[in-house]
Amino acid sequence: MSTVATDLQGTVEDAAAYLYVWALKDIPQDLRDALAAARDRETSVPGKRVLETIHRNISIADSEKNLVCQDTGIAVYHCRVGEGFALHPALIYDALRAGTARATLEHPLRSNAVHTITRENTGPNIGYRLPIVHWEFVTGWDGLDVKCVPKGSGSENMSFLKMCVPADGVNGIKRFVLESIVGSGGKPCPPGIVGVGIGGSADYAMYLAKEAIMRPIGTRNVDPLVAQLEDELYGLLNETGIGPMGLGGEVTVLQCHIEHADTHMTLNPVAVNYQCWAARRASAHISAAGEIEYDREA
Amino acid sequence: MTVHELRFPIKDEAEILKLRAGDEVIVQGHIIGIRDRTQIRIFDEGVEPPIDLAGAFLLHTAPNVRKVGPGRYEKLCIGTTTSARMVRFTEPLGAQYGVRGICGKGGFPDEAIEPMQRLGMVYFAIVGGAAALETTQIEEIEEVAWEELMPECLWKFRVKDFGPLTVGIDAHGNSLYHDVQAAANEKLKEIFARF
Repeated sequence: MSTVATDLQGTVEDAAAYLYVWALKDIPQDLRDALAAARDRETSVPGKRVLETIHRNISIADSEKNLVCQDTGIAVYHCRVGEGFALHPALIYDALRAGTARATLEHPLRSNAVHTITRENTGPNIGYRLPIVHWEFVTGWDGLDVKCVPKGSGSENMSFLKMCVPADGVNGIKRFVLESIVGSGGKPCPPGIVGVGIGGSADYAMYLAKEAIMRPIGTRNVDPLVAQLEDELYGLLNETGIGPMGLGGEVTVLQCHIEHADTHMTLNPVAVNYQCWAARRASAHISAAGEIEYDREA
Repeated sequence: MTVHELRFPIKDEAEILKLRAGDEVIVQGHIIGIRDRTQIRIFDEGVEPPIDLAGAFLLHTAPNVRKVGPGRYEKLCIGTTTSARMVRFTEPLGAQYGVRGICGKGGFPDEAIEPMQRLGMVYFAIVGGAAALETTQIEEIEEVAWEELMPECLWKFRVKDFGPLTVGIDAHGNSLYHDVQAAANEKLKEIFARF
């Protein structure tokens, strides 16, 4: 048992180290397609210039094997852990942390992690409670899925929470999302993915907003009511004219994704978490035996 | 909309005055990398910058570099950060040091419009996140001052065909950011009226 666990820990560390660098260099096909479609439909001159430049940048990142964006972000992982996966989440966390540090030192990548008060660097993109991991536990399964989402700070700084009241209704939610994105202007590197979390509690709404930006572009919430709100907000956000990099245009967002939770009868929380156009993510599926299957599209 | 090619540092103010918000610009010559901590040192701590900023083009950046010798660095990945955090340095950069161009992403709020007009300065919008491309346009890191602020040092880069940039705020009181925000706020009123 301990031998297996040790091997699996090394496997998860290898996967994390690979995913962090891979995500930073090779953006997923759904994102490439969404950016190409945006370029084709944009009509404003500065907006089109921005989207053409993004396209050139992605090609150069591919050919030079360089990072798409210099901001290596804060390393965020999403783990789906099967009940039968023979490595305890405490050790999965250690492995993700070790993999993040190894990738940062070996590549080398810029290290962004600092103590929140002293602002001193705390290590190779690791620190107290860094990296950040979202956990999901799955019964009747013995695998592990790890998704790495390096989260840039320019877009993370454009995060907003409002405790709407029930009487504000769904219109209150829509109004807050629209005001947040217009107020952000060009700062979060539009056009990106607007992640919205609704319901739950204050902290959980923001957690859900982060979950929303991790989804493949254009996927829809399984709840038809929420999916309908995603469609509606996506359309409205692109009516605002903020445009690529806030320079004006048709394409303000690539998508709007919403995650929800049931909530208290007196609560109506809404959280917005923005993901820039360089919406980087990469995944690994790890079997109970420790085989890794890398997946850019999950 | 006009396309311009400019060489920095600039000596003739006319080069700046001919630019209009929305124009496309390609930059040649030398540019200066600068960030939050660099400007805090200059203005809040009153330390004179050891690199001449007269006529300069400043880039908001904290480059990813590899040290190759004493004071010598090689580029790995160089991109641009959000400008709005550093807007309060606009006036003293122009008034005290004669800076002519500031380049970053996301724009400056309206408080930059008046000093840029008065001092003959321009804000250039780059595409945030497009670091792979930007890195290829920086030919060499020629000089580094204040290495202890790594990566927020004062950097001197030699560039070739740097851009394309968009004039976000010109020296005539025009700001694309102001205009886009104003139009978007009007649009929001219209959308909310439909709810």
